[in-house]
Amino acid sequence: MANLTNLYDVSKCTACRGCQVACKDWNQLPAVIEPFKGNYQTHKDTNGDTFTIVKFMEYEDPVDGVQWNFLKYQCMHCFDPACMKVCPRQAYSKTEWGATFHDPDKCIGCQYCTYACPFEVPKYREREDKITKCTLCVDRVEAGLTPACARTCPTGALTFGPRDELLQVAEERVKFLRVNGFPNATIYGKLELGGLNKLYVLTDTPDKFDLPVNPKVSGNTVFWQDWIQPYFGWLIPLALAGSATSFITTRILANKHGAHGEGGHE
Amino acid sequence: MTNHIVDLKNTDCALIMGSNAAENHPISMRWLLKARENRGAKIIHVDPRFTRTSARSDIYCPMRSGTDIAFLGGMIKYIIDNELYHKDYVVNYTNAAFLVKEEYGFEDGLFTGYDAEKRKYDVSSWDYQVDEAGLPLKDLSLQDPRCVFQLMKKHYERYDIETVCKITGTPKNKYLEVLKTFCATGAPDKTGTIMYAMGITQHTVGSQNVRSFAMVQLLLGNMGRPGGGVNALRGENNVQGATDMALLFHIIPGYIDSPISNAANKDLLSFIRAQTPGAAKLPFTNLEEFRALVKAGFPNSGFKINTSKWVISLLKAWWGKAATLDNDFGYHYLPKRDGNKNYSHIALFEAMHRGEIDGLFVNGTNPVVGGPNANKEQEALTKLKWMVSVDLWLNETADYWTYQGWERTVKNPDVPTYTPADIQTEVFFLPAAAVYEKEGTAAQTGRWVQFRWKGADPVGESKADLWIYNELGKRIKKLYAGSTKPQDEPIVNLDWNYDDEHGHDDIMKVALELCGYNVADGTPVEGFAKLSDDGSTACGCWVYCGAMTYKDGKIIYKTQNRDNKDNSKTGLGLYSNWAWAWPMNRRIVYNRCSVQPDGMTPWPGDEERQLIRWDPTIPADPKKPEALGSWVGDDVPDFLKPTSPDKPAFTGPFIMRPELKGCLFAPKSAMKDGPFPEHYEPWESPTENIMNKQNLNPATKIWEPDKQGTTDKYPIIGTTYRVVEHWQTGALTRNLPWLAELMPDMMVELSEQLAKEKGIKNGHKVVISTTRGDIEAVACVTKRFKPFIVNGKTVHEIGLLWHYGFKGYATGDPANRLTPHIGDANTMIPEYKAWLCDIRRA
Ligand code: SF4
Ligand code: SF4
Ligand code: SF4
Repeated sequence: MANLTNLYDVSKCTACRGCQVACKDWNQLPAVIEPFKGNYQTHKDTNGDTFTIVKFMEYEDPVDGVQWNFLKYQCMHCFDPACMKVCPRQAYSKTEWGATFHDPDKCIGCQYCTYACPFEVPKYREREDKITKCTLCVDRVEAGLTPACARTCPTGALTFGPRDELLQVAEERVKFLRVNGFPNATIYGKLELGGLNKLYVLTDTPDKFDLPVNPKVSGNTVFWQDWIQPYFGWLIPLALAGSATSFITTRILANKHGAHGEGGHE
Repeated sequence: MTNHIVDLKNTDCALIMGSNAAENHPISMRWLLKARENRGAKIIHVDPRFTRTSARSDIYCPMRSGTDIAFLGGMIKYIIDNELYHKDYVVNYTNAAFLVKEEYGFEDGLFTGYDAEKRKYDVSSWDYQVDEAGLPLKDLSLQDPRCVFQLMKKHYERYDIETVCKITGTPKNKYLEVLKTFCATGAPDKTGTIMYAMGITQHTVGSQNVRSFAMVQLLLGNMGRPGGGVNALRGENNVQGATDMALLFHIIPGYIDSPISNAANKDLLSFIRAQTPGAAKLPFTNLEEFRALVKAGFPNSGFKINTSKWVISLLKAWWGKAATLDNDFGYHYLPKRDGNKNYSHIALFEAMHRGEIDGLFVNGTNPVVGGPNANKEQEALTKLKWMVSVDLWLNETADYWTYQGWERTVKNPDVPTYTPADIQTEVFFLPAAAVYEKEGTAAQTGRWVQFRWKGADPVGESKADLWIYNELGKRIKKLYAGSTKPQDEPIVNLDWNYDDEHGHDDIMKVALELCGYNVADGTPVEGFAKLSDDGSTACGCWVYCGAMTYKDGKIIYKTQNRDNKDNSKTGLGLYSNWAWAWPMNRRIVYNRCSVQPDGMTPWPGDEERQLIRWDPTIPADPKKPEALGSWVGDDVPDFLKPTSPDKPAFTGPFIMRPELKGCLFAPKSAMKDGPFPEHYEPWESPTENIMNKQNLNPATKIWEPDKQGTTDKYPIIGTTYRVVEHWQTGALTRNLPWLAELMPDMMVELSEQLAKEKGIKNGHKVVISTTRGDIEAVACVTKRFKPFIVNGKTVHEIGLLWHYGFKGYATGDPANRLTPHIGDANTMIPEYKAWLCDIRRA
């Protein structure tokens, strides 16, 4: 089956955040009301009850003046997902059309996936001791519907369909944008990490949208997959008893986390 | 909108000014972005601050709040100086060639006829020169110094780029870029659209701001054509419907002036004489004589020659059988207003504050948050004996009397506070059904009247508005039943029959009355051309006439049409079979302009955007095959199909004007504050007016002279606006956790420069003060707001959201505790958008 994917064309996004609300609606996620901190982007990142957010980034360009970039952010449904690699309980799987599916019933809330993911997408939901993330609306798509976020988007910035077709659309758009005032326009998700099942049309370089220019799966993840995971079965009781593994692995992965920094608005 | 939302896709250039379309009209961007994608259209955003709309625009151009006329006046000058106007269009479709009376003049910021004491104009000199037949004199070469074109040229001579930019604070290169880009749409094969909203109207010169748009669009030949138009993006989904239904003090349904208690309105015939253009001096003494004159036609009347039919059909709809020729069709039942009195929002609340009003119904509005000078308006509510609030939630107005309602962050001896014990008002709350819990129509911004079916039952005891008002009507009638007092006749005789056979309100009965029916058999009237003034038709709002039809023994309500196929041959997106647009399902008004004066030739290079044309070879009425000649095309023509080249209306696209032309010069009483828009500063302004000697619009009423803030104490410009996440006073959205999550607190946007001056950091709590009060907000320090250089001086502007109040999940101080009680000279819309304040760390 061909891959089905979301295409997000930032040149058409007005940051209305309808997608963010539609996602909460469909997935019945409670509101996470935090005080306003001086940026329209009220959450710094996704969280256990917020699968997707729209990021807001201000820049001042000496020539073009003020730029306000928006980016819808959620799981990238990588072709070769690091989250899946590290999960000790095989809670992650790929659907035949490309969604990275996380099964909460199998999840034990260890959060290794959070640290392994190059985008730090999986988030811990404390009240259930589980990880959550964007499902690519598996339940909707398999019932023949489009994802809730894409369905609600008023401007046509978010669309859903076969990845190869959307890739063509994206390539056309980038060509158009490059000669229409956005010389740095680019596609994101085509090749990154061997391909994401989530395509972006960006009007500027990925760093201007708070996206890693060259996302990499941490060496630790490989190490983890090859060396630790095979023995994980017997490590779990230990971990639960003394949190020793948790201590070690958290330390191993701490560097990577630090490198991501706090980011966000001033 | 003269055009409609989908039509934005047909434009070559959009000037978005006084609107934050991406945030407040998200769906408009869908179509506008298509224009950019498919036609390479340019999007220009002119705004004091860089917004989500600016982020999606090709050009962002900053402009100080309250200086739109300077900005647009400069554009008019640029168009004329560089001969960028659409010549054929201007000569034929506008009043550019009309000669203006010698007495008319303009000096030092004042037009002729000014009375400084009354702050009013005598408009008699603002008129055309006429021949013996009373028809305006013209000079089609546009050379006569008294022709509108030359007077306009002279008027805007002062609006050179240098002066304009000194006033607006716009960088010169940006201004020039805007001028070049938008004025290029004056080419006959190009069209440009203007999108505006409250950023244009909420000023003491609000109406003249819109006038400036109309002038620019007439000069560039952009009216009545796809991708063009002056497009008001209405602030609420059914606000167009509210105006159509005349929820205003100065009109009755269908945009007819409401009668005044004076001699000119003393009986039906005088009222018709006063309301029908060109009828003032005609010899008639009864309706029959008048009817004969109408039939023969008289000059300077336009389509409003039919006013008597609309008025009498309206009276018939309201008083049914009791409305007869002998009692002037019940004209005397209509309340007459005091012509010298203003009954708009500010005036009402001033009167309430003086204790002149006993009771108030508040429906779907929330003045404690949304009203200007909200501290004063909240205090005014305390003077009421009773108040009925009809809403989905107990909003701030319904709960204005609570302790919470009088909490103020800053103690200020000038701001009154009360406790519930001080307040004697009896407050009733009627829970209302939400839009998805009731059926009915809403007229959206593009004049499409769309029926909406009920999606769910109302929650608890909440009721649809129709139920509430039907019950109220029935019960009032019951109270008066049997009365023989003449003053009770308007109620006793009122035709109030909206129940079905089970005694439930029936929305189709309301709709039928609105759209008009033949009194004899109750069948729908098929269009306003078929309305009559002999009492044989009844119609509650003539502009809606034609929305109902009778087919195979069944009533069809066209607002329920749901065919989403585009009917236009060239893909213009008219979607004429989706819902129904007033008037007569016309999707683009003044569409006569989409074809050249001969009525047949499209504008050169613009075949695809021709909406209608004259076809001399086919009959207009298949029943009269011998009468050849008819208007045909994708849209409904703006006049009767057989209007042939020998009729003056043939080249008169603007049928609602007596001269049938687009008005570059607004003659006589069209405007209260001048036939040409002129720049005046807002009531509270950081600078003197350098364009003329008047600071404030001379025709604006000053309500509270002692409350005018000055720069010594309040040097910063304040403005208010909305964000996409909340809606109006937030009663709907702040009560939804998911939306509260997105914009949780009251915030104020300010530039990095001002923040530095004031020691404010992003996320700090700050206090903003004006002469009317103080509020607290969270600072959003941003690169998107920049100081302006106004006449050589640095001026700061800050922007506040006006969504917040003390109820719901997302709470905060109402920004309107800061805004002034002053309004536009014509409409009295409050000047929410430009006033003076100060800001400091809390
Ligand atoms: S719904 Fe569409 S336009 Fe709105 S924020 Fe999401 S992607 Fe952007
Ligand atoms: S983005 Fe992260 S969570 Fe999503 S599939 Fe890729 S690795 Fe897994
Ligand atoms: S695909 Fe579904 S789960 Fe993922 S962001 Fe969109 S709505 Fe949320």
